[in-house]
Amino acid sequence: MSATGKDLALRGITKLFSGFTAVDDLDLHVPAGSFFALLGPSGCGKSTTLRMVAGLEHPTRGRILIGDDDVTGTKAHQREVNTVFQSYALFPHLSVLENVAFGLRRRKVPDALGRASKVLDLVELGHLAQRRPAQLSGGQQQRVALARAVVNEPHVLLLDEPLGALDMKLRRQMQAELKQIQQEVGITFIHVTHDQEEALTMADTVAVMNAGRIEQIGPPGELYDLPRTAFVANFLGKSNLFEAEVVDAAGPQGLTVQFGETTCRLAAERAVQQQGRIVVGIRPEKIVLTRAGRRPADAQADWTRVTGGRVRDVAYTGVSTEYEVEVPGAGSLTVFSQNLRTEVIGPGTEVDLWWEDANLFGLAGGSDTEAGVEEL
Amino acid sequence: MAVNTTPGAAEELTTPQEHVAPPPLPEQSAEERRTWRARGRLGMLLVIPGFAFITLFFVVPVFSMLAMSLYVRPEGAVPGEFVPGFNIATYAHVMTTYGDTFVRSFLFATVATVAALCIGYPMAYLVAVRLRGRHLLQGLLLVVIIAPFFSSFILRVQSWRFILSDESWVVGFLKAISVLPQDGRLTATALAVVAGMTYLYLPLMMLPIYANLERLDTRLIEAGGDLYAGGLQTFLRVTLPLSTPGVMAGTILTFIPASGDYVNAVMLGNNVDTTTVGQIIDSRFFHATDYPSAAALSAVLMAIILILVTLYVRRFGTKEIV
Repeated sequence: MSATGKDLALRGITKLFSGFTAVDDLDLHVPAGSFFALLGPSGCGKSTTLRMVAGLEHPTRGRILIGDDDVTGTKAHQREVNTVFQSYALFPHLSVLENVAFGLRRRKVPDALGRASKVLDLVELGHLAQRRPAQLSGGQQQRVALARAVVNEPHVLLLDEPLGALDMKLRRQMQAELKQIQQEVGITFIHVTHDQEEALTMADTVAVMNAGRIEQIGPPGELYDLPRTAFVANFLGKSNLFEAEVVDAAGPQGLTVQFGETTCRLAAERAVQQQGRIVVGIRPEKIVLTRAGRRPADAQADWTRVTGGRVRDVAYTGVSTEYEVEVPGAGSLTVFSQNLRTEVIGPGTEVDLWWEDANLFGLAGGSDTEAGVEEL
Repeated sequence: MAVNTTPGAAEELTTPQEHVAPPPLPEQSAEERRTWRARGRLGMLLVIPGFAFITLFFVVPVFSMLAMSLYVRPEGAVPGEFVPGFNIATYAHVMTTYGDTFVRSFLFATVATVAALCIGYPMAYLVAVRLRGRHLLQGLLLVVIIAPFFSSFILRVQSWRFILSDESWVVGFLKAISVLPQDGRLTATALAVVAGMTYLYLPLMMLPIYANLERLDTRLIEAGGDLYAGGLQTFLRVTLPLSTPGVMAGTILTFIPASGDYVNAVMLGNNVDTTTVGQIIDSRFFHATDYPSAAALSAVLMAIILILVTLYVRRFGTKEIV
């Protein structure tokens, strides 16, 4: 199968439903052949965006381009775009093989059944070709849905939370398979999901969406390492966000920020705002916790030490222990400590927190530190 | 016949039987087996009225009708006097005499069924799919469709007769715009009879299709569009095949009564060119007191309907639809 993927560009896409804005002036460019994830909580507009690319919804404003072609005004069946639906939407009256051959037949592609069988073999379902979809398991139906889309060699393949209905183990397996198939066929994949782990493991590029807008786009590692908004910091993994004051903005090693009794350094390029009151963030696994007055063995001279902490809560999860530590001037901070040693520090213990300043990131002052925290 | 084509209805039919005869599993306790037996007895009790009713009012009359069709007229009998016998010649007689009438009856029924399908399917689709989620409007339209059933159907056919009569404004208007010749008429034509049948049986066509389309997963229509099928292709390849059980039930429910129609033919036709089998049976039975012929005609009508419907279900019936 040859590489058929094309670039996808959204220019100023807005979608209004009666009374609310689902997608708000969205600009997006997805390079050909890439695996792109649109990540966001339910209701953020990611599925609407996908449906507009598929042609199942039409934007109120803006343009959609596939390759060099403006497809804004075309209908779904005229676009060389296929979707793997969340519900799979397999045709119950057709066999698995006929389901997969459906798109080829509509376009009068020669040897539709032969091609369909080949793609069924690719997803390892060749032996079930004559079954009806209702006779397959959820995971098998998911593969049929994927085969039915991939067989058409579309320019862009859309995946609308395709793994949402599968159990955890099958999900992990399908994630790996999807990634592998994408690399084999070279089609541009756009994957909509609310599962941040799924987005991080599968995609080359992740766009985090919130309330109809894109908060931040980047490779998974970059998004995780340097979130630019409180929403991204909280929605993608977990973050400790606390307010701090920039006391010196002109230092050679970047900004000097202070919270409570502690000062630390923050590289200017890692901060969205370089002066006044800002929000500083650090990931829980990047904090090292010791009993008060001790020093971690690997701590360098430039590490920041926060004294006066008191453990409030301890949750043992096997591979790591999660501590809630009350820190003067910063509030409650979460620390993930890998269980390399056997010692678990109990609640009420006086502790010091240590971190390498290079792991800090700075967000705009006044950011809602709870934005994007998933409510359980 | 109709229920066999809709899997849902078929399941409903088989369910009570399953309750009647549950396989007694080895791990069942004595108490569980007693419960199952009690349920089995209850199931039996529940189906007895149905069996009794069908036996009394369907099975017995059908056999007495078949017997009557073979009765013999004795020498020198008064009109209407027949004795039990085995006179198969009555069948040959009615088939040769009324062959054309049979053809006409089934032609009328077929045209009326097709017309009702063409009118009923879009209506059902509109209410079930396009207006999905707009419950008030859906309910209103369904009431409008069913409302005619609240009045006597003789009355409704009678009003059709007024509407289509030679003095009516409809005929006057059609003549004025030269659609109808000056000496033309609407009543006493095949058109009027077929139109009456179409109207009368339209709800029987529409409601099963509606019930079917109401469950149609519209995401499958979207999937059709996504897979390069335009509106017509999606309808032909996805929507229509999925609604086959509804279409089967609707067409059969329309075709069977239309084949034996009597009221429309009498009130809107009543012309030698529109005579239906129903009318012949009526006149043989009540006017000519030729009971064996009337019975033979009824038997032939039943047999032909049975054969046609069986062929139809064999050809288009799809039991595998989920």
